[in-house]
Amino acid sequence: MEWRWEFAWEILPRMLWATGNTLLAAGVGYTIAVVLGLVLMLGQRTPYRLINMPVRELVEFVRSTPLLVQLFFVFFVAPQFGIKLSAWTAGMLTIGLHFGTYLSEVYRGALEGVPKSQWEACRALNFTTGYTYRRVILPQAFPIALPGMGNYLVGIFKDTPLLATIGVAELMHTANALGAETYRYLEPYTMVGFIFLIISLPTAMGLRRLEAAVARAQGNTRH
Amino acid sequence: MDTTHPQVLPEGSPLVRFSGVTKCYGPLTVLDKLDLDIAQNEMVSIIGPSGSGKTTVLRVLMTLEKINDGVIYVDGEPLTHMPKAGGLTFSTERYLHERRSKIGMVFQQFNLFPHMTALQNCVEAPMQVLGLSREDAEERALNLLELVGMGEKKDQHPTRLSGGQQQRVAIARALAMRPKVMLLDEVTSALDPEVIGEVLNVIRSLNSEHNLTMIMVTHQMGFAREISDRVCFFYEGKIAEQGSPEQLFGDPQNERTKQFLHAVLDAS
Repeated sequence: MEWRWEFAWEILPRMLWATGNTLLAAGVGYTIAVVLGLVLMLGQRTPYRLINMPVRELVEFVRSTPLLVQLFFVFFVAPQFGIKLSAWTAGMLTIGLHFGTYLSEVYRGALEGVPKSQWEACRALNFTTGYTYRRVILPQAFPIALPGMGNYLVGIFKDTPLLATIGVAELMHTANALGAETYRYLEPYTMVGFIFLIISLPTAMGLRRLEAAVARAQGNTRH
Repeated sequence: MDTTHPQVLPEGSPLVRFSGVTKCYGPLTVLDKLDLDIAQNEMVSIIGPSGSGKTTVLRVLMTLEKINDGVIYVDGEPLTHMPKAGGLTFSTERYLHERRSKIGMVFQQFNLFPHMTALQNCVEAPMQVLGLSREDAEERALNLLELVGMGEKKDQHPTRLSGGQQQRVAIARALAMRPKVMLLDEVTSALDPEVIGEVLNVIRSLNSEHNLTMIMVTHQMGFAREISDRVCFFYEGKIAEQGSPEQLFGDPQNERTKQFLHAVLDAS
């Protein structure tokens, strides 16, 4: 089988349209994950065992099972219990929850990365707990969380092809369909890989720069 | 109900009173029924071997740690406790929040906010806690930064400052709250030898020119001797001996004090 440029050119519009869906899926999934991760982290940190125990169990459970299994469960099994979700909704919620648990760990690590002495300084200055979080702890935790948050942004993006298995019309799904229609797989799958590459690489680079810029803005550099 | 601890201290009582204060970490008793009075404008140094409970005295007074027994009074009012039904009960966070600003603390490791400039470090609490306007808070902070010789560095982040400079900013930050009593917790222990002097000079001027009430935990025996109105030697959670610097350093009575002074003075 030889690479055919005219075929690649011909399917490009559909591939680009599907890229839009992939980006949408990654964006929505990430947004859910970022917010849900915060909720899960706070849930784990509350002193009330009735809340923090179940949340901890849920986080451990979701982190220890594969995303693909979770997707299949939510999309194929849940309907048998009367929970019928569209492929998009099921996909976004599942990815959001899955990566939300990872992000909750990132947040937790970041909060614990702020020295205990910062809390004590705030207490000695008589700050309220809310103000301590807002002005002192979170601004210092954010740069610590940023690399992990960035990794999972790229991670979610690269895991969106799993959504093809439940029928979300993203890149992989479109490449599958094109292959089935034309019996040519070389060009669609190569293009999928290439598109992922040209989006992932600059994103990762951009994130590095962001990390450096945030560190600079916070005065945490010595040069 | 505890009847040995009144709800209010009578007029003319000391600024700070530890009354039978006990603090335990698990099975370890770090403060053992401690009684200690600090008068207005008094400069008290606390010395003693490590593990003798001297830093804990400051930490429980700053309400960074809860005590297990006894009561601490500040300004005639109970701090660790609040009045309830004719007696005293442990303070709520809200009760503490209304009183904690009377106490300021400077830490061994400075604990400045690294994402804020020197000025911002000093402005936050007066604005947030005391409700000062930004102009008033900045004016107050600038005066204090000048006082500690850090006026020119007001826009620097802590990472750009030396240890001695950071500690001077930390002193200004605590002073900005106009506390009635300042707690200095081994403020020179983390510093390079060549910058210790600049921090001690600041404390000297606070003592001589501004007459602040201060409790200082220190390993700088020479400084404690020079500056203190009273020196307390702590041993195993108790005050083993206290007195004027001349008396405690010149003519210690307690065997433990003698041993300790012997050891530290030999070492330096």
